[in-house]
Amino acid sequence: MTATGTPTGLSQGSRTHGGIGESTLRPDGFLKVTGEFAYSSDMWHEDMLWGHTLRSTVAHAEIRSVDIAEALATPGVYAVLTYDDLPAAVKHYGLEIKDTPALAHGKVRHHGEPVALVAADHPETARRAAAKIRVDYAELPVVTDEASATAPGAVLVHEHRTDHHSGRVPHPNVVHRQPVVRGDASAAARRAEVIVTGDYVFGMQDQAFLGPESGLAVPADDGGVDLYVATQWLHSDRAQIAPVLGLPEEKVRMTLSGVGGAFGGREDLSMQIHASLLALRTGKPVKMVYNRFESFFGHVHRHPARLHYEHGATRDGKLTHVRCRIVLDGGAYASSSPAVVGNAASLGIGPYVVDDIDIEVLALYTNNPPCGAMRGFGAVQACFAYEAQMDKLAAALGTDPVELRRRNAMSQGATMPTGQTVDSPAPVAELLRRVKALPLPPERQWEVAGGAPDVRALPGGLSNTTHGEGVVRGVGYAVGIKNVGFSEGFDDYSTARVRMEVVGGVPVATVHTAMAEVGQGGVTVHAQIARTELGVAQVTIQPADTRVGSAGSTSASRQTYVTGGAVKAACETVRERVLDLGRRKLGSYHPAWAHAGLRLEGGKVVTDAGEALAELADVLADEAVEAEQEWRHRPTEAFDPVTGQGNGHVQYSFAAHRAVVEVDTELGLVKVVELACAQDVGKALNPLSVVGQIQGGSTQGLGMAVMEEILVDPVTAKVRNPSFTDYLIPTILDTPTMPVDVLELADEHAPYGLRGVGEAPTLSSTPAVLAAIRAATGLELNRTPVRPEHLTGTG
Amino acid sequence: MRVTFTVNGRRTEADDVWEGESLLYVLRERLGLPGSKNACEQGECGSCTVRLDGVPVCSCLVAAGQAEGRDVVTVEGLADHARRRALARGRPYPEGAADGPALAPVQQAFVDAGAVQCGFCTPGLLVAADELLERAPDPSDADIREALSGNLCRCTGYEKILDAVRLAAVRQGARDARDDQEGSVR
Repeated sequence: MTATGTPTGLSQGSRTHGGIGESTLRPDGFLKVTGEFAYSSDMWHEDMLWGHTLRSTVAHAEIRSVDIAEALATPGVYAVLTYDDLPAAVKHYGLEIKDTPALAHGKVRHHGEPVALVAADHPETARRAAAKIRVDYAELPVVTDEASATAPGAVLVHEHRTDHHSGRVPHPNVVHRQPVVRGDASAAARRAEVIVTGDYVFGMQDQAFLGPESGLAVPADDGGVDLYVATQWLHSDRAQIAPVLGLPEEKVRMTLSGVGGAFGGREDLSMQIHASLLALRTGKPVKMVYNRFESFFGHVHRHPARLHYEHGATRDGKLTHVRCRIVLDGGAYASSSPAVVGNAASLGIGPYVVDDIDIEVLALYTNNPPCGAMRGFGAVQACFAYEAQMDKLAAALGTDPVELRRRNAMSQGATMPTGQTVDSPAPVAELLRRVKALPLPPERQWEVAGGAPDVRALPGGLSNTTHGEGVVRGVGYAVGIKNVGFSEGFDDYSTARVRMEVVGGVPVATVHTAMAEVGQGGVTVHAQIARTELGVAQVTIQPADTRVGSAGSTSASRQTYVTGGAVKAACETVRERVLDLGRRKLGSYHPAWAHAGLRLEGGKVVTDAGEALAELADVLADEAVEAEQEWRHRPTEAFDPVTGQGNGHVQYSFAAHRAVVEVDTELGLVKVVELACAQDVGKALNPLSVVGQIQGGSTQGLGMAVMEEILVDPVTAKVRNPSFTDYLIPTILDTPTMPVDVLELADEHAPYGLRGVGEAPTLSSTPAVLAAIRAATGLELNRTPVRPEHLTGTG
Repeated sequence: MRVTFTVNGRRTEADDVWEGESLLYVLRERLGLPGSKNACEQGECGSCTVRLDGVPVCSCLVAAGQAEGRDVVTVEGLADHARRRALARGRPYPEGAADGPALAPVQQAFVDAGAVQCGFCTPGLLVAADELLERAPDPSDADIREALSGNLCRCTGYEKILDAVRLAAVRQGARDARDDQEGSVR
């Protein structure tokens, strides 16, 4: 067990050999700091056109007519396409349920739904032509919440459902419902000496990745299309794109272009089909780049939620039971709502041991914006509520909130609500102990000896709204549990192709996968794995494309585990073949070639006693050794539809936070002073990247706590704030010092013992900040984000 | 219209510029300098930050015509700008690698500190951070936060960006020795 990565503890990497466990620097770092790295919006092609999407101005309406004549007549316009121009019988796509029309057909179901496409020689020409398309909408009533969606006679968002969940759900406007029932919560409730209940509201968060949805579609001579786009999963995109284009998959060739962040928001398609349609129609390359306004309509958001919880405990602080009901708003199309439901249900009570549980989670179809994947994926909403409940219970019992959590914390061998055994380390109590043991930041940091206060250290900052009067401090804690990888029986595999050869007298490994590098650092880690397994210094990472098998999605904290596992497996095969080659060529010269336990290290073949048998360059000579390997983690299984029982997850990850906040109680302004995190990562393959992921994830949780929310008008279902002026994400002034304490308790089932990192810190940071604000103000605060009016009692 | 200005030390002309085009669009789409990024195109995120006559601006909010006759430095010219600054101040500058000029200290520090993840915000942050270090070679954390508050980053949580600017200040200070108080070269 090691603690690494204090915020200022820089690791240079140059003193290392670049294997796993070292803070090797990013291979794309040079290109990214010089501006040469080509992101999807930087794609360019001679003679290319610009595509633009016309989106609905209303949330729910019949489309009576679409008049494109004036748009089409605009000089510089090459094509205007509507639903009628879709070339194939397949006109819908979707990750789990194919309910999303490539272009609106007959009706629109949410504000901002794509209705028509324009290709022109200048982006402004395309925008202006799109504005000339006349769409005649006959508005329909909207459903926006559980009451309106399930009321008798409610408008059905999808009136003819035939998907595999439709036969099981209690109402056609429920996408999916998953109960998890274990023990007898009603009987246990009778034994409880203290019961606390709470109702919580979780707002709609946006991934707000900085690189907008964009890319280039190039029509090919064979009638196919070459697509250069930013995505999280090339092969999933292709499987959805090709049928709508009426093309076989091999004629849709995809190459990952530079991805400016993702966080779940690029799991669903955005402009991929649209740019392809325009390119195939015009016979010219078509580039599409959303502006920020359109980006807010171009991807799914995090599900907003309403959560009701009941926790019971004995006087000595042992949980007797938990009952909860979570209603997620999935918006107009399913996206990944069913899987989000499964996560919220199976992880709904947090990292605690409770025998008697009654959980119900459902996701709705509404006319609100579609919601799907975002970092934390269903576990985030639940964590906000169950951690608020733990604080409430601690207060009712007169117990320290951290002590109450530690008394009920799960550990290795515990049973999940789903009946699954946690068969790897689960250091929940230890993570809490660690964040609590950190020294607290000094009080009243705005006070400057002998001078005026430094207002930059106060809530409100340079707005100079307070000099410290009315400012109170609070400290809060939270801990969470997140699954790693795809769950519920999904065939979650990845593919890697590894080649080893001598280039310029030096052994070089080449790694080719379809993994989407979205900023997380997968490319760094893959090179580290290849160096470790093959003993070479030089590793080339091939661009990700569809010429190699699927890597699965860059999501669910799974890529280092699964694609890293595939790279490791392919390297092992290459290693065995290299050793076979050596045995054939050189085996007669040294008896040690016959032994097992040979390894590749420092460019040599080395015995387990450390004796060098041969240079890799001599073994390989002019031969190249290549292997392609698919790799899977342990299989999982579906949850029982009635009881929720089943070994649904492959691995769990855990993080704990302590937040320190200062609140100006007069204006309701919050400054987060410090946000400390302790997380178990199993094995830090790259400690620098691990800390970066934890700090970034923590910051997104902080944003959710105090500022981030897509506001949807409850009457019209229209989005009110699709801009960075009105949808606020944390700036460097909003973000505090973030000490990170990394534990490395190996999971024996995972490659190198690693544990997915990216998501867990997004869970507990939000409730920790909320707990700190409650501690500072004494207010109940059952919704997130907290806005000034909630703190001043004026909203 | 035609716009004539200096970009990264080179006199440059852009033809057929439509009056509504931004400096950002002209740099990216007409001059082949896509380093300045298009994350919000409304002056909120700082990804398109360039220096216009030395002053950091959001190039998305500058009409291309406003750049007429003026001097623009983008991330593509940052290393050269830092080198010329160092030379003008009579200070040594790191040797370039075989395949190009050395990175500006702030660029190298971003790589070394892990301040680059997806990297989309990085060009704008680098231009802003380099300008800060030009006028305030030894900034406090509060100074760094204030100077970079117009640049959104969604990946890093900013802690490693702070680390990078601190590291660049130390490295620049170590090389620049005594005469940091001279102020800007502009």
